[in-house]
Amino acid sequence: MNKLIVSLSPHVHGKDSVRKNMYGVCIALLPAMLASFWFFGLGAAVVMLTSVVACVFFEWFISRFIMGRQRLTILDGSAVLTGILLAFNLPSNLPIWIIVLGALFAIGVGKMTFGGLGQNIFNPALAGRVFLLISFPVQMTSWPVPGQLTAYTDAVTAATPLGGGEIPAATDLLFGQMGGSLGEVSALALLIGCAFMLWRKIITWHIPVSILGTVAVASGLLWLANPEQYMDPLTSLLTGGLVLGACYMATDYVTSPMSHKGQLIYGVSIGLLTVIIRNWGAYPEGMSFAIIIMNAFTPLINNYCKPTRFGEVRKEAAK
Amino acid sequence: MKTFKIGGVHPEENKLSAGSPIREAQLPKQAVFSMFQHIGAPANPVVKKGDEVKVGTLLGEAGGFVSAPVYSSVSGKVSKVDVALDASGLRRMAVTVDVEGDEWEESIDRSETLVKLADRPELDGKTIVDKIKSAGIVGMGGATFPTHVKLCPPPGKVAECVIVNAVECEPYLTADHRLMLEHPEEILVGLQLVMKAVGVTKGYIGIENNKPDAIKLMTEKAAQYPKIEVVPLKVKYPQGGEKQLIDAVIGRQVPAPPALPIDTGAIVQNVGTCFAIYEAVMKNKPLIDRIITVTGKSLMQPSNLKARLGTPFSQLIDECGGLPEDTGKVIGGGPMMGKALLGLEVPMTKGSSGLLIMRQDEAKRAETEPCIRCAKCVSACPMGLEPYLLAKVSELRDWDAAEHEDIPSCIECGSCQFTCPSHRPLLDYIRLGKSTVMGIIRARSAK
Repeated sequence: MNKLIVSLSPHVHGKDSVRKNMYGVCIALLPAMLASFWFFGLGAAVVMLTSVVACVFFEWFISRFIMGRQRLTILDGSAVLTGILLAFNLPSNLPIWIIVLGALFAIGVGKMTFGGLGQNIFNPALAGRVFLLISFPVQMTSWPVPGQLTAYTDAVTAATPLGGGEIPAATDLLFGQMGGSLGEVSALALLIGCAFMLWRKIITWHIPVSILGTVAVASGLLWLANPEQYMDPLTSLLTGGLVLGACYMATDYVTSPMSHKGQLIYGVSIGLLTVIIRNWGAYPEGMSFAIIIMNAFTPLINNYCKPTRFGEVRKEAAK
Repeated sequence: MKTFKIGGVHPEENKLSAGSPIREAQLPKQAVFSMFQHIGAPANPVVKKGDEVKVGTLLGEAGGFVSAPVYSSVSGKVSKVDVALDASGLRRMAVTVDVEGDEWEESIDRSETLVKLADRPELDGKTIVDKIKSAGIVGMGGATFPTHVKLCPPPGKVAECVIVNAVECEPYLTADHRLMLEHPEEILVGLQLVMKAVGVTKGYIGIENNKPDAIKLMTEKAAQYPKIEVVPLKVKYPQGGEKQLIDAVIGRQVPAPPALPIDTGAIVQNVGTCFAIYEAVMKNKPLIDRIITVTGKSLMQPSNLKARLGTPFSQLIDECGGLPEDTGKVIGGGPMMGKALLGLEVPMTKGSSGLLIMRQDEAKRAETEPCIRCAKCVSACPMGLEPYLLAKVSELRDWDAAEHEDIPSCIECGSCQFTCPSHRPLLDYIRLGKSTVMGIIRARSAK
């Protein structure tokens, strides 16, 4: 008879995997990706393809030739996801060489310097975006007007609504009829994807709801205090990549807190920081910076926010 | 529908043998009785080589208060009193009996007639506890804690209710399910005996909703006893854990160690234990047999067997169609908390609730990937711990941190490892950390 395998319990597994989660998020991003192709045509496709290919290439190159790892990690889906998310944060007329530079920073500095998947402190795609935003402020903030399907770097541009441009109607914001980065234009498509992730239990509600809720409340209060100066809360929610950030960037497993309590603190803080940066900061769009700042606080939050232990509730009630 | 509040997972149920009625296993040719069939001090052998024994003859007496006696489940001649390999993989003291015939001690009532509590008005609490103690009854869900100890709460603690654990949340296992379908009356009398022994008037039977036939039948039969309530529970693992069950049924949470379940006023007993208590008190039958589920996806005939303790596992598998060709792993117990066996020539014991045969393709663990900090283990942990962190600090051998993060609270249910997308061996490391930290705490309090 063959020898029996001996190992410790549990002897069964729920069949979840890193790949399932990573590609699950990619699937959730499909509606928004299609929306970006619809509105920005060729330019969106070029940016998307360049970003994904560059991210996967850099992950493979660095892990194979600089870190000397034999194991192939590019199939786990995390580099593809970083590529999609980075592209979603770029305008559709960005030249290829700038995108490649962004991908190199995202994967190389944002992820691999820390040791690869699971080790990074900052969301790699956001690190790449912020790097480009600071390095190429002009190219990064001139958004093509939607509807120019065959245009790429020659597209006509306009200022972002948050930067003083004209504010489109709420329905246009919802469906994506506005200028902006690839992934931030159609809030509806992003929300459909988010619902998919919640249904597949890829993420929990804590981070997206706390961010969106905080922004709604905080910007709502400002608007009530002075409707002349401040934007109404609905527009605040539907612009500036807020939905993209809340559902897909801030929920990044690696860089967000572990306990639900911690996730709520993280979410509320991101919401507040976003409103503060948008209204009083130098940059019109605060979301990226808010998430990056809170990424840095994640280890601290993990240290202080423990999940409620079994039996703890009763102990407090007895006191 | 009620359930426990924190964490939990839902593994594939795979109750292959749920429709298979309990059948008697054949007598073994040789039975081996380990003196380590329970938690606590081992039993001490009282027979020697060459002694004639019957079914129900005492083989080993309890080695202390937290201990239990061991009785022979067969008749024949003692051939060996020596160490033998048992299901834990250790060689430990055991009594081996060569089986001849099937002769029972005359004191045991072998009739099928139901004896109700009302038929025996002279029984008082102390008599019942003494009977349970001398019959060698231990927790039959798998924990094998001596039952009489649980029925004697420490001074100052008062029991308020008894909860019967009929959850059977382990995938594959159906022994408790079948027992409820075939012996509901006996289980109810057993529960009443426990209630009388600890002097409480309220009894609950917690059954998961994947056993609607058992819920229906037990509810019907319990209607004659107004103080017994059947509580259907939402299917969620590890609901059969004592702390989770108390939380699910009466909504109270046992505080962190060193608090005991009795601090919530609840005493939990497994269904199989209740049945054994009935037999011990009403039929004068010591614990010599039990229901065991023998199952697996490749096994010809997944079954629920009523088998004598000491029967080798290999014989039980033969009775269910033999060991399949593609066997990769054999587990004593269920797939979530059971122990993988080193070999099949080990005897079944008081705690053997199941024997699970896994195919080769099911038996191997997948390759480990880096932790992606998805926090799914944190959401799954029924004790509100952070498994990723406990595993990490254990791996780094940082015992202070492990203690600070409440590692002794871990119930080793395996929900974290089950749910981990990176297939990390979380519980392997947590077990290492937990046992080390518990050792450090014991050494400190001994000073």
